[in-house]
Amino acid sequence: MGLDFSIIPKYMDIILLGVAWTIGITVAAALLSFVGGIIFAVIALYAPWLIRQPFRLIEWVFMGTPLLLQLFLIYFGLVQIGIDLPAFVAGIIGLGLHFAVYNSELIQTAILAVDKGQMEAARTLGLSRTQALRKVVIPQAVRAVIPPIGNNMIALLKDSALVSVIGVSELTLSAQRVIGKTYRPFEFYILAAAFYYVINLCMEWVQRKIERRISVSR
Amino acid sequence: MDIELMLKVYPFFLEAAWVTILLSVLTAILGLICGTLGAAARLSRFAVLRFLGAAYVSVFRGTPALIQLFILYFGGPQIGIQLDAFEAGVIGLGINAGAYMTETIRGAIIAIDKGQREAARTLGLSSWQATYKVILPQAARLMVRPLGVNLNMLIKATALVAAIAVVELTYTAQRYIGSTYKPFEMFLLAGILYMIIIYVTGRGVAWLDRKVQIT
Repeated sequence: MGLDFSIIPKYMDIILLGVAWTIGITVAAALLSFVGGIIFAVIALYAPWLIRQPFRLIEWVFMGTPLLLQLFLIYFGLVQIGIDLPAFVAGIIGLGLHFAVYNSELIQTAILAVDKGQMEAARTLGLSRTQALRKVVIPQAVRAVIPPIGNNMIALLKDSALVSVIGVSELTLSAQRVIGKTYRPFEFYILAAAFYYVINLCMEWVQRKIERRISVSR
Repeated sequence: MDIELMLKVYPFFLEAAWVTILLSVLTAILGLICGTLGAAARLSRFAVLRFLGAAYVSVFRGTPALIQLFILYFGGPQIGIQLDAFEAGVIGLGINAGAYMTETIRGAIIAIDKGQREAARTLGLSSWQATYKVILPQAARLMVRPLGVNLNMLIKATALVAAIAVVELTYTAQRYIGSTYKPFEMFLLAGILYMIIIYVTGRGVAWLDRKVQIT
């Protein structure tokens, strides 16, 4: 069987819908991973010992096991305990938590790197510890980690393909569905790859813009 | 938690863990080969090779590994490449890992001070000799740790071949989740085995890293 790219236009609407889902899932999971990353970082650094240690263990498990396995756990695990979420919600939660752990690592390092004087000055000015963290330390730390978090978000885009395995109709599964009808895996997987690549390039472009902006204002 | 069930099925997970280890080793070897070639191309004197190296890195790091696997395994037969799932897994993941390793190896090489090469050339070594006797031995030391990070990622990435039905750890966990409806227990079994593999590899890399450092 040779190659025939001319059948692509006929199925373009299905693929484009998949692209939209991939972008939506990536954005939602990215937001979750960012907020989650900040929360996790604060817990890992400042929570009482009894909370911090089990939490570290969970982080360690998340970093030591494959995302695909985690997605299976979250998707089927939630069903087991009676929470029947749509697959895409489970996918967003899975991707978001996974990358929150990686973001948390970055943010922890950045928080520790913010000068101690900042916290002391904020406390001297009458801010509580929580206020100082929220208004002085964390904003500076987050700014410093935006470039590496950008790398994580690009990784997240690519890993969003994994949620096809739990049945989310994003780009990869859309391609699979079309292939089921046309028996043309090569053409449609290449097409899907091309879309991922273009989204990836756009994200890299945005990341460079943001990086330049940050470095100018410093 | 259903300990009894876990005890009953864990031999199958152990067997699957060996497949994951074998996949990881073969993928790592292929990745290192691709990474070395990629780095050589990216640092080459010839613009064509530099372009090809950069394109390799950009395309393979810019698209999901899962899609790359699918293109190779499902799309391959259309262009005359027939592979079984395990072979497709090793080749697909190896080429993918190679793209990341290219950047690691290249990074370590360009981190070596330029003066080293100049000094070597001044002492009468050829360009080739300068590279192999002066630059690479120093760069190799810098590579160990970041290649360890690549290796860690690669081990976790072997889970992707579950999607093309290679019976490794994740596939086994998935199958038993489906037949027992005990996702947590199965995750625990597979997760512990993954973490052992990753922990042991991490220690190995740390040992090697200490070994190659000049004290």
